[in-house]
Amino acid sequence: MNEIALLVAATFNAGTVLAIAALGLLINEKAGIVNLGAEGMMLCAAVAGFAAVVYTGNDWVGFLAGMGAGALMAAAFGVMVIWLNTNQYATGLALSLFGAGLSAFVGVGYVQAKLPPRGDYSIPFLSDIPFLGTALFKQHPLAYFALILMAAIVYFLFKSRAGLVLRSVGESPESAHALGYPVRRIRLLAVIFGGAMCGLAGAYLSVIYTPLWVQGMVAGKGWIALALTTFATWRPARVLLGAYLFGGVTMVQLALQSRGVAVSEQLLSMTPYIATIVVLALISRNPAWIRVNMPQSLGKPFYPGG
Amino acid sequence: MNSKRNLLALGLSAAVLATLVGCGKKEEPKKEAAAPAAAPAPAKPDPLKIAFAYVGPVGDGGWTFAHDNGRKAIEKEFGDKVKTSFVENVPESADAERVMRDLASQGNKLIFGTTFGYMEPMLKVAADNKGIKFEHATGYKGAENLRTYDSRTYEGAYMAGVIAGKMTKSNTLGVVGSIPIPEVIRNINSYTMGAQSVNPKIKTKVVWVGEWFNPAKETEAATALINGGADVLLQNTDSKAVLQTAEKLGKRAFGWDSDMTAYGPKAHLGSAVINWGPYYIKATREALEGKWATGATWWGVKEGAIEMVNVAEDVPADIKAKVAEIKAGLKAGTFHPWTGPIVGQDGKEVLAKGVVADDKFLGGVKFYVKGVEGKVPGAK
Repeated sequence: MNEIALLVAATFNAGTVLAIAALGLLINEKAGIVNLGAEGMMLCAAVAGFAAVVYTGNDWVGFLAGMGAGALMAAAFGVMVIWLNTNQYATGLALSLFGAGLSAFVGVGYVQAKLPPRGDYSIPFLSDIPFLGTALFKQHPLAYFALILMAAIVYFLFKSRAGLVLRSVGESPESAHALGYPVRRIRLLAVIFGGAMCGLAGAYLSVIYTPLWVQGMVAGKGWIALALTTFATWRPARVLLGAYLFGGVTMVQLALQSRGVAVSEQLLSMTPYIATIVVLALISRNPAWIRVNMPQSLGKPFYPGG
Repeated sequence: MNSKRNLLALGLSAAVLATLVGCGKKEEPKKEAAAPAAAPAPAKPDPLKIAFAYVGPVGDGGWTFAHDNGRKAIEKEFGDKVKTSFVENVPESADAERVMRDLASQGNKLIFGTTFGYMEPMLKVAADNKGIKFEHATGYKGAENLRTYDSRTYEGAYMAGVIAGKMTKSNTLGVVGSIPIPEVIRNINSYTMGAQSVNPKIKTKVVWVGEWFNPAKETEAATALINGGADVLLQNTDSKAVLQTAEKLGKRAFGWDSDMTAYGPKAHLGSAVINWGPYYIKATREALEGKWATGATWWGVKEGAIEMVNVAEDVPADIKAKVAEIKAGLKAGTFHPWTGPIVGQDGKEVLAKGVVADDKFLGGVKFYVKGVEGKVPGAK
């Protein structure tokens, strides 16, 4: 029983990184911008966050530094794709490669660095509940932040006026423009938010999750987060569930291995991508689904007055 | 049309960026190499140029760090008679061949490649550069100007096992494995047998991560092992993530390849380190004196290549004495961890009583010994 609780806890923790990054990317995709640079942004944020904690000893400063790094890179991306109308996919890929190189270059000096001892994040009283306490209430605050973020995004997108504007920018930028909304600025803000959340996820990885910095340590989590938004057909609650599902796949596989059950590790690391392709194939077969969930102008540049 | 051209332009700029970043990284070793040669006296002969290709960053705190300490040992020993340089993060792919050719064309006369995956690239480059001597770590293919060397890491794993067998409270050990090749399987078995020599109830759980270096996954694997009841961990991966995870969760673990005490002071039970210095010094001396000849070397405790360092204070004195006794036995050649009877997982004897495994047997270990749980990945 306790082992299952520990497995749930580990899944919760592993899913948090994916959830925060994917929820951020969901916002810029809802505004019509695909940012394939997630992996690069997360790497740069991971090294920025780690370095900040090395200097200040404060994890929260590290998270802020990570968000800043992610936001900055996203802003640069945003200016290129929104004002210079460069191809979103190519620019995103370039950002990803650039981020991987830059983070390795900047991070050379931090590979040997050590963070102060990590604390215990148990919530008083709640963590004493049998099973549930171990499974759910011994997580870092950011694990709960992912849940709040999901709820906030649901409210924002579907209940608030600002969310409606954002979605209209992603569906039909021409109409939004005709109504007088500043399409480009809205898109830029959405892209920056996506970058900041990727940054937060990257910093969580290097400051809390692993915690250390080495080159390439994000190890594909940025790509999984990107796949997640599609897998979840752009629904925030599904993004969150998908994050725990993808995080859980790894944890279950490792737990099975430690019990002597052989599962192909290689096969399981393919699952997020296979699942995403299956979902893509399914939604492409059903035009109604696409119309409901996929931002109509996703990936398309917008020329005001054009 | 326009968008297509845009795409092309971007792809190009991405490539340029990637190259720039790549070059930035490569500049560093050159700087490093230039420093010792600041004031060459005109009368002296040119220094012997020695180059290293590393698979990871020198700051990994493990495998590559240990090799770089060996490189520094050469500089210390030979001073201005040699000039060393290194290239880090050389992937085990076609890139390795390019880097090797580059190193050869820069006038290096002795080139070390420090990972198994450089085997084929080094064979090719060695064939085209007969005047240059090549040294390949952990490989098994040689040529007239290419020889191999390795260290008996299993001796370190065995000593770690002796300590672990005493320190475990759950009688369950855990190993985070990288890639299921004989070297790693041999270490898992040696760790288990070392532990069983002081505690016959030992069981070992193994989790494979399929990579040499993926700290996040190593962390997850270590967590899974601890959740499954293991309380003393060993890793055959290259980072310090497993030790850090044990520290965080209040369990014990070892350093591997390099001394990792600093990364988990409470969890650390000892570090099974590789000291490449003695071999690197020997190889350099042979090259300097013109006595270098091809062959294969496998050094262990006896030659000073393997050591168990910084054993934790709370390890009982009798166990410390036992580790010292094993070290002495290995040094004198009177003790061998792989001495029969050794029983496989299925209960069948794989090595008869009193028989000492030879290097050929050790090189082909593809089975778990009794006490290791699970199956070797890919085994039938």
